Amino acid sequence: MKIAVLVKQVPGAESPLPLVSSKDWLDESHVAYIMNESDNYALEEALQIREKNNEGEVVIVSLGPDRTQKVIREALSKGADRAIHIQSDGNYPTDPLLAASHFAETLKEENFDIIFSGLQSDDLGYGQTGLILGELLGMSTASLAMSTEIIDNKIKVKRELEAGYFQWVTMSLPASISVQSGCNTPRYPSLKGIMGAKKKEINVVTPNVGSQNQSIKKIYAPNSAKETVMIEGSVDQVVEKLVTVFRNEIKIA
Amino acid sequence: MDILVILEDNNGTIHRMGVESIAAAQHISKSLGLTASAMVMGKNANSLSTEASGYNLDEILIVNHELLNDYSSDGYAEAVKQVIDQENPTYVLFGHSYQVRDYVPKISAKLMQPFLADSIAIHFDGQEVSLTKQMFNAKLFSDISPSGDTPYLISFQSASFLSDDATKGNAMTKEVSVNLEASMIKTESEEPFMESSGGVDLTAAELIVSVGRGIGKEENIPIAQDLAKALGAEISSSRPVVDSGWLSPSHQVGSSGQAVSPKMYLALGISGAIQHVVGMKASKNIVAINKDPEAPIFEIADYGVVGDLLEIVPKLTEAIQSK
Repeated sequence: MKIAVLVKQVPGAESPLPLVSSKDWLDESHVAYIMNESDNYALEEALQIREKNNEGEVVIVSLGPDRTQKVIREALSKGADRAIHIQSDGNYPTDPLLAASHFAETLKEENFDIIFSGLQSDDLGYGQTGLILGELLGMSTASLAMSTEIIDNKIKVKRELEAGYFQWVTMSLPASISVQSGCNTPRYPSLKGIMGAKKKEINVVTPNVGSQNQSIKKIYAPNSAKETVMIEGSVDQVVEKLVTVFRNEIKIA
Repeated sequence: MDILVILEDNNGTIHRMGVESIAAAQHISKSLGLTASAMVMGKNANSLSTEASGYNLDEILIVNHELLNDYSSDGYAEAVKQVIDQENPTYVLFGHSYQVRDYVPKISAKLMQPFLADSIAIHFDGQEVSLTKQMFNAKLFSDISPSGDTPYLISFQSASFLSDDATKGNAMTKEVSVNLEASMIKTESEEPFMESSGGVDLTAAELIVSVGRGIGKEENIPIAQDLAKALGAEISSSRPVVDSGWLSPSHQVGSSGQAVSPKMYLALGISGAIQHVVGMKASKNIVAINKDPEAPIFEIADYGVVGDLLEIVPKLTEAIQSK
């Protein structure tokens, strides 16, 4: 079983998010980067499949500038076998279709059985790249995976639906699957893993693909200056005014 | 065709976010002088088309095919792709439901056209269109413009447009055919099920009553539950309530819980810490009841009451039940 895991480096939850003067991207020199949260779960799912089958290869694939190699090393130290770094310096795609095209061009000769990705990135949050990639490579796809099981040449996936429902879907391999945070318990790297990761191969590539189909014009802080209507009076008056607001302003049926 | 709305089935009726996307289509139609139509598919296509034809739309396209009776990402993506090829719309609109997240990226790949997902607003500046999207865990907003040839695929986050704003009318219906083969469907789906432990999906809730530490003690939780029941709302909470074991973790809203965007979020005794606010500030209407006038929740609330929720909430429940 040959498994790719798409890993992205994103700003940490506590990181400052200063903008460049053109206001269309972050000033990256002041950002603290980490591995995207759901990608940790995607990696763990891949490592568990390799361990269960006692064979196979887990390959980290990451798109980004040089700094991205930090999370690639982290993933290698957790047990991935090798990595492909799609170098994007100066031309980082913020369009998921273009990002997926980079991955597709890079991976088309690799013939992976499974591609795992995190559900969505904590920076741009499109939640599309792994699924577009699967479609571009003619693979089966599934999103919102909560658990997976390999049965012969198929993969059975428990998907999260809306309103508390789940569903099992079975699909033929190869398949590209995006996983939900919380679907397993990601491991920490061992000291041996950290030492071993230094010797593992990171193949740096720069595929030649098209241009952006959508681009960020400006980034700004949400307008927080909201007019709050304060409802005052006795308890009975407050209750009466709230009912009126529910009915006439918010229009609750 | 200018605007095509893809309507999702929710057990025989149009998914709530589908009606919101009709409102979105009508908004764009009015702003730009374009025509708006809708498409239905699946085993309930005929009842959905009856419902959809009651809205102010140009045409309702009905796609009946046995391979579309049950949802599959392969079948639905291919069917919508073929209808887009036939009808040549400029904008294709969806509600950003879990189903849309699952299959619309595949249409983007099939057409090599952008999918502007999870948008919260649309703007027009001459010929240029831009969509507003939350990024970096909703800490920042960005305006994104598609470029190149149309169609553009666009999905709107829940409650970005209001279903009440969808105007009624009388749309024509027409059957549209697609070519699908069983070999195209690479997934076999089993029946949806609920976990016995009962996960709570708050992301699709229209009304939410949410409880914070200000409720005081576990014995007071039913006061909020009764109000939720009277309103037909889901109950949720901030983290301290879950950490205290008063409600199960599946009720938690915030950065470590669910992100919600209902029509109304009624915050009872919630102070408004940022970890909570990121999960609920997309709500269309935020109503806060808190006895602390300095609570940060009032900065993002549309309506605020400074007072004792233990006095106000039971009377509010009574007033709603009696109307």
